[in-house]
Amino acid sequence: MKKTLALTLLFAGTLGAVAVAQATDARARFMAANCAYCHGPDGKSRGAIPSLAGLEKGYFVQQMKEFRDGKRDATVMQKHAMGYTDAEYEAMAAWFAAIK
Amino acid sequence: MAFDRREFLKVSAGVAGAASLGTLTGCAGTGPSAGGARPKVVIVGAGFGGATCARYLKLWEPKIEVTVIEPNDVFTSCPFSNTVLAGINNMQDITFGYDNVKKVVDKWVKDTVTGIDTAGRTVKTAGGATFAYDRLVLAGGIELMFSAVQGYDAEAQKSVMHAWKAGPQTATLRKQLEAMPDGGVFVMSVPRAPYRCPPGPYERACTVASYFKKAKPKSKIIVLDGNEDIASKKGLFLAAWKKHFGYGTPDSMIDYRPNNMPRAVDPKKMMVGTEFDDVKGDVINVVPPMRAAEVCGMAGVRLGLDGKEGPWCAIDFRTFESLHVKNVHILGDSTLTNFPKSGSVANNTAKMAASAIVEMVNGREPDAAPVVTNTCYSATGMGTAFHVATVFRYQAAKKEADGKVTPPAMIAQKGGGVSKEESELEFAYMDAWAKNVWADTLGLPENFNFTVKG
Repeated sequence: MKKTLALTLLFAGTLGAVAVAQATDARARFMAANCAYCHGPDGKSRGAIPSLAGLEKGYFVQQMKEFRDGKRDATVMQKHAMGYTDAEYEAMAAWFAAIK
Repeated sequence: MAFDRREFLKVSAGVAGAASLGTLTGCAGTGPSAGGARPKVVIVGAGFGGATCARYLKLWEPKIEVTVIEPNDVFTSCPFSNTVLAGINNMQDITFGYDNVKKVVDKWVKDTVTGIDTAGRTVKTAGGATFAYDRLVLAGGIELMFSAVQGYDAEAQKSVMHAWKAGPQTATLRKQLEAMPDGGVFVMSVPRAPYRCPPGPYERACTVASYFKKAKPKSKIIVLDGNEDIASKKGLFLAAWKKHFGYGTPDSMIDYRPNNMPRAVDPKKMMVGTEFDDVKGDVINVVPPMRAAEVCGMAGVRLGLDGKEGPWCAIDFRTFESLHVKNVHILGDSTLTNFPKSGSVANNTAKMAASAIVEMVNGREPDAAPVVTNTCYSATGMGTAFHVATVFRYQAAKKEADGKVTPPAMIAQKGGGVSKEESELEFAYMDAWAKNVWADTLGLPENFNFTVKG
């Protein structure tokens, strides 16, 4: 009985951690997944569009701001950058920085 | 999220273990899946919407039991199918297996859905099987309404192609164009908006013209448009038609006729009838009016915002669940939205729906204010392309000062719009977009060998 309880707690603990992580990140996770249709699944591109996976967080945010402000030349990216907030740039940047 | 197979197995094992232990100790979890039963999601259709939804549901919540019902053996991409008509690519370049989707879902059923009972929450197939669901996802694309065009019967459909669902139709239309003599006339049509792929017909005029320019320079293209004007990327298409195909001169390869909805086809006389006249062609390509897929009709979800029968399905933008029928989600072209009916939108909103379903089966609230994007490229057939890009943000229902209520909406954000001009760079991006959206939809591995070319 004791052993079963310990095992239950062990599993519950692991699952709990997963559940919390998912609850916290569901929005960022979707926003990042939204980039995949051009930048590839997990931000790993199969063509001329740059990959986002593993980009340093500060660099990602800086590029988004430069796209938004028209400081970096773009075809589609200014249109996308203007639709997101600074906080959303940060959330997406953190997501892609964590992908190896 | 990089979720490799080992991690996937670990989490699956964890869930299975916890579920059985939970039952043993009487320790029920929270949410609708309490008691150890796995939530069942049945997905009908594995196009850009359905296949993406299946993959992301399993990626984000492996405990969901996902069943996919799809009649086709392979995925054939509508995007890039206009390049097949031009002979730039072949059918095999836009055709992919479902292997990597089949690998991750619980059940893959090659069959056609024949009945849906939304009260009993079951789906029946032609093969005689019945599937129970907790949530149903309808991703059937569009139903073409041939009966709306006089004479467009089963016999006529043998020789008049729509090629608006990529596959054998695309291959046959390509053969007809190849067989057409130089100096021939290709008659094609544009349905009234809203329809699948707003820029698609105008792109088709471009790519077929690029083929004629090379192979049959005396030929003409007559575009019969059911709309008052070019319905998408107008300035860019007009510029491309002028630059490459003599549009606006007496020698124009393209003869564009707005307000010319095809009302009748006569394959024996090779004629398309509009309200104004009969147009003769050597190859006829008529896209009939369309509405939400047949399966949406079976489920009784072809209902507008007001709950009345309509061509498309009104959905809650946060979850893509029908506004009127519980536990039924609708994806992609079948939905009533202000999004363009594009592969990009079907892919993205499928992830939006998957994310919401994952939250709901775990007893959590879905994102209250989702943000989603569309990017859609069109090719000129001359090595260049251009795009339209938009970011949409959810806006909840609002009570105005006059007491009227504005319903929830996805608001197109400032800054969206189209390319300044066509370019080779954008064709390189279009090529990358296609590979990435195919990879994302079908789970193609990183070393997948794409053969599509520009």
